[in-house]
Amino acid sequence: MNAPVARQSWSIALVGNPNTGKSTLFTALSGIHQQTGNYPGVTVEKKLGHFDHAGKRLVLVDLPGTYSLAPRSPDEMLAVDLLLGRRDDAEQPQAVLCVVDAANLERNLYLVSQVLELGLPTVIALNMMDLAEQRGVVVDVPRLEQQLGVKVVPVQGHKRVGLDALKHALAAAVEQSGVTPPSPFPEPFQRELATLQTAFKADRKLGDAPRYLVERLLLDTSGYLEDSLLVDGSAALRESVKQARGRLGAIDGCQVPAVEPISRYRWIDGVVSGVVRRPSERRETSGDRLDRWLTHWFTGSLTFLALMFVMFQAVFEWAGPLMDLIDGGTGAVGEWLGSMLPEGALRSLVVDGIVAGVGGVIIFLPQIMILFGFVAVLEECGYMARAAYLMDKLMTKVGLSGKSFIPMLSSFACAIPGIMATRVIENRRDRLTTILVAPLMSCSARLPVYVLLIAAFIPDTHYAGGVIGLQGVTMLAMYLVGVVAAVIVAFALKRTLLRGPTPPFVLELPSYKWPSVQLVVSRMIDRGWAFVKNAGTLIVAVSVIVWAALYFPQNTEALRAPFVAQLEPLEQKLPTLKEGTPEHQAVVDELAEIETRIKGAQRRQSILGRAGRAIEPVFRPLGWDWRITCAAIASFPAREVIVATLGILYDLGDELDVGNEEDRTRLGTALASATWDGTDRPVFNTPVALSIMVFFALCAQCASTLAVIRRETNSWGWPVFTFVYMTVLAYVASLVTYQVGMAIGGG
Amino acid sequence: MKTLGQLAIGAAAKVVEVTGVDDVAIRLMEMGLVPGTAVRLVGQAPLGDPLELELRGYRLSVRRTEADRIAVTSP
Repeated sequence: MNAPVARQSWSIALVGNPNTGKSTLFTALSGIHQQTGNYPGVTVEKKLGHFDHAGKRLVLVDLPGTYSLAPRSPDEMLAVDLLLGRRDDAEQPQAVLCVVDAANLERNLYLVSQVLELGLPTVIALNMMDLAEQRGVVVDVPRLEQQLGVKVVPVQGHKRVGLDALKHALAAAVEQSGVTPPSPFPEPFQRELATLQTAFKADRKLGDAPRYLVERLLLDTSGYLEDSLLVDGSAALRESVKQARGRLGAIDGCQVPAVEPISRYRWIDGVVSGVVRRPSERRETSGDRLDRWLTHWFTGSLTFLALMFVMFQAVFEWAGPLMDLIDGGTGAVGEWLGSMLPEGALRSLVVDGIVAGVGGVIIFLPQIMILFGFVAVLEECGYMARAAYLMDKLMTKVGLSGKSFIPMLSSFACAIPGIMATRVIENRRDRLTTILVAPLMSCSARLPVYVLLIAAFIPDTHYAGGVIGLQGVTMLAMYLVGVVAAVIVAFALKRTLLRGPTPPFVLELPSYKWPSVQLVVSRMIDRGWAFVKNAGTLIVAVSVIVWAALYFPQNTEALRAPFVAQLEPLEQKLPTLKEGTPEHQAVVDELAEIETRIKGAQRRQSILGRAGRAIEPVFRPLGWDWRITCAAIASFPAREVIVATLGILYDLGDELDVGNEEDRTRLGTALASATWDGTDRPVFNTPVALSIMVFFALCAQCASTLAVIRRETNSWGWPVFTFVYMTVLAYVASLVTYQVGMAIGGG
Repeated sequence: MKTLGQLAIGAAAKVVEVTGVDDVAIRLMEMGLVPGTAVRLVGQAPLGDPLELELRGYRLSVRRTEADRIAVTSP
């Protein structure tokens, strides 16, 4: 440990079981002084907060909630490495704050017993004393302190009770030096441990081989720690670990790994006897009665469906007006900036590239924040675990668990908050599978594409006495295509790339409690900001690249030349007409149409236009001409862009509003009358429309989603994988759609 | 011997042992299901799986496959 001289800030690791109110306490202690980031190499979020007390700055390092400090993956290893001061990017904390649930002390003490063995000064925050009281659980705090040998502070995080005492205890703890308590393990185990520790110290591979780390090595039968700590040349050490396990296996009650939980719970039973008084029968609280209702096969399922419906509606519908507002706002800002800049590349870059790109980022904020408001409330009040409990059986059919349900459902509104919500899934393979298939759910950005193409190309026929419409069925089919593909892909991933043993579904069903408003709000802001900061820059960059590809090269004069003969007489005629008359308007309209055609011609010869024509042969088997190909490429930043791009390429201008019935009809008519270049064969027919829709249902044309996958997986590999597999899937499915469609009837 | 998964809903029992040395067995024991622990089967999810248990004053949900690895005896 560093010398305390001249130290101005002290760092305190915050640990605790899930559902102990750890996040609420973190928020209550640090208020607005929070920052998030990433630890390199792992998907664990770096969460720091600080507060000042008695002239000291105390920095809280929030570690992921866990039931046990027994790492079996790099993500779980992070907490142990950080606590032992084995990371280069973070100093060893001077103290540990361990949050425990007073109503559930026995199981919470399991983690405490591991934390104490680290030998750092420790403070226990005994949270949820109110709930303990309701249950008739009485905790003798002074005796508990005596038993544990560390300071215990009763608190109620959500009511901000006990915070001063806690800050005081922490400020004192950081100045103390830690004491390693007696080991809870039986004699023979301790002897083996001491021998191993000496052997490791001699080897110098593990630094000073702290006792806790050697203990973990001996106990971890999964092989993870041996593989990550005992790298090459340590064959002798591996062998000695193996032999130690063998010797312990022969001693009753010392078998690895069962010896750990058995010894720790024996220690816990000793600690709580005389400290905790609990009624022999768990006293039924109003929460328990609520739980009976919420997990009942009928009322529980019904409540669940209703809740999911409300959440889905909220993300889908409530976000709408806010998104329109943002859209209008960005438009206005773009126009305002445009009016201040001279016509030319700079103006176009600012308006069509940067402002549009930034707008494309913040447009997602309402959906992200609304979903995270819901998720935070459901998680904090304890319902999230029940939702996973109710849906687990269904999700195991695709090889996932109940915890994947809410992320998948939210992805129907937007995959971005859905992917961000996968943090509740602690198993890495399950989480990755969910992340990788979430973008297959038909999100709200696909809707404009479906609406446009269905209205234009699917006949408005009805069956079964007018109840079932063909257009509605087609829409449903598009959603089902995504779901079916997700099921197949999840199934395939779990059997190939992400194969592994079925993770245990061992899930605490926490007591219900009121969520803290401060925490919910802070979670919403935090998620929104994390998205803007990390994914935002990438999305803006992609928007600018696509803008440049559509803008350059700019051959205005050459492109204008063929139209000059038409433009000039009109321009001369315009001043002679009185404004507001139909004649004047007709000329204005005609001029605008010619300008649009010039713009269309410009796009055709832009880098992207040329690219579209160059790769047209690739997409021809899908029934696409170069314009559709081009629009598909241009819609890489965001799917909905395809509608506007098609509008430009078919000479309708870029001011199309898909929400507007008339505009939709105009575009629909233009598409229906479009022909293959140099022929009068129509480009569009029903199979082509279906092939475009299927492509958009399955493709990864959303830079934001890919940026979020990068952020959440902390790697470039997974977003690239997602893009490749989804594009291949989309291509093949739309090829089949077109070819089968043509074979059974064509247009 | 009976397993936890074979208990009737509402029945109480005492853990005798958790079979196996894999992650699942360790996780179950870490959550408090060590030999000698009193446990009660509170209910099951609408589709019959997973199960809801009560032990050490809290509620825990496990799948039937996991519950069947826990041998129990009457309290």
